[in-house]
Amino acid sequence: MISLGVESTADNLGIGIVTSDKQVLANYIKVHVPQEGGIHPREAARHHSENMGKAIKTALEQADITMKDVDIISFAQGPGLGPCLRTGATGARALAAYLKKPLVGVNHCVAHVEVGRMATGAVDPLTLYVSGGNTIVSGYESGRYRIFGETLDIAIGNCLDTFARAAGLEYPGGPDIERRAKLGTKLIQLPYVVKGMDLSYSGLLTAITTELMTGKHDVNDLCFSLQETSYAMLGEITERALAHTKKPELLLTGGVAANKRLAGIVTDIAEDHGATPYIVPIRLAADNGAMIAWTGLVAYQAGHTTPVDESHVNPYWRMDQVEIPWRD
Amino acid sequence: MERLVEKGAEAYLYLTEWNGLKAIKKVRKPKKYRHPELDRQLTRTRTNHEADIIHRAKQFGVATPLLYSVNNDRGVIVMEYIDGVKIRDLVDQLDDGERHKLFKRIGYFSGLLHKSGIIHGDLTTSNIIKSGERIVFIDFGLSEVNFEVEKRGVDLNLMNRMLTSTHYVYQEALLAAFKEGYRASMGDEANEALERMDEVSKRGRYIDKN
Repeated sequence: MISLGVESTADNLGIGIVTSDKQVLANYIKVHVPQEGGIHPREAARHHSENMGKAIKTALEQADITMKDVDIISFAQGPGLGPCLRTGATGARALAAYLKKPLVGVNHCVAHVEVGRMATGAVDPLTLYVSGGNTIVSGYESGRYRIFGETLDIAIGNCLDTFARAAGLEYPGGPDIERRAKLGTKLIQLPYVVKGMDLSYSGLLTAITTELMTGKHDVNDLCFSLQETSYAMLGEITERALAHTKKPELLLTGGVAANKRLAGIVTDIAEDHGATPYIVPIRLAADNGAMIAWTGLVAYQAGHTTPVDESHVNPYWRMDQVEIPWRD
Repeated sequence: MERLVEKGAEAYLYLTEWNGLKAIKKVRKPKKYRHPELDRQLTRTRTNHEADIIHRAKQFGVATPLLYSVNNDRGVIVMEYIDGVKIRDLVDQLDDGERHKLFKRIGYFSGLLHKSGIIHGDLTTSNIIKSGERIVFIDFGLSEVNFEVEKRGVDLNLMNRMLTSTHYVYQEALLAAFKEGYRASMGDEANEALERMDEVSKRGRYIDKN
């Protein structure tokens, strides 16, 4: 069985094609890069709608199949930016209706976990999911992915990107910050805010931006301090949740999983608690269509489809609201 | 004799003896994933806060372990061994009436803490022990002295998150019982804090605001 997945929750437009035996036939990603500032939802949505047709065509070519070979159409139904989500959903609905194929709405956060499990072979991991819009520690328990900890305000990727922009670094901020952090040596004191298994980055972002504006610090030291402080906080809530749930595996997923320092922290924590560490491969880390295709496929095989009149997007759809019938 | 009894995220707990008394030695191990300077700082302040606030809580009628010895720099606290069951492990074993009574009491003591200016910082069912008829609060490493509504709301949100993620079967009933007790000890200040709890939970980016 072949599933085509449409991802369009934020600045990435992704079309993925995946088979039921876990082969990723295509995973085409077209990134919207804003002229200036952060993502403007309407601009990003326009980018997605302008590129949708070409992206689908490119993915089909990569997979070396035709539209007739596709069995189901999956799409990211939420959470994310409304205009972007609606663009992807419209495309998916049109494809499904035209080809008379089943439509499957997928929760974007669940998809990051599921593609991590698929690609690494993790069975029942505690998952740290980190990206531009999300920072969530979750684990499966009785039919749902339960959220044990998350950010109380902004996501880690959002924090990194906003600082990178203020400091005039490359976009997206993560890779450039990581490269510069390696050259930093001085640890500047920054707010470290952990509340139980939750954390908060808004104060840290304000503080690092203030330090930047003083002009007293080397930008490499700022990157180093930002990375050390923000990742130590991630490490701490993950370790707390791991000790709490006693899960046998620890999975790192989402766009920020590409960071080697964070991957090292997660590996250390897992080993310290006798759990097996898994890091999602880079090609499946950032927002992509393959993860949507795969999750739609497992949901479909568990008997789930999304009728068109129930396919409206939900920008605030939490992952712990989703029934997960394909586990257990 | 010294025996490792719990390898928590924050610290290792050893069962030991202190001048002939059964004691718990809590040791904050250096985290190799944390920058050594940051690690030292966190260990020092947390050990210090923990000892300080464990003592403060008693003055306001909330049971906490007795402190035997504290070393901030090494991150070591030796304290009374509390013989009992963590609330986390107890919830499923009780009937509805017992659960209600227990969480009303937990809410009551949480209210006493907040009224006295103590924010626990990790207010979950793993950090409360039922020892005989006593409800004992432990693990004050993330605690602080603060009277702000905001801090109270965040603290309460931690308890609610625990109920939602771990005790989801009884979440509504447990939260209702908790609130009842919390109101009883917090009086007029309760509503503001409970409203803030709801507000904090909706503050994240992707949360259904309805």
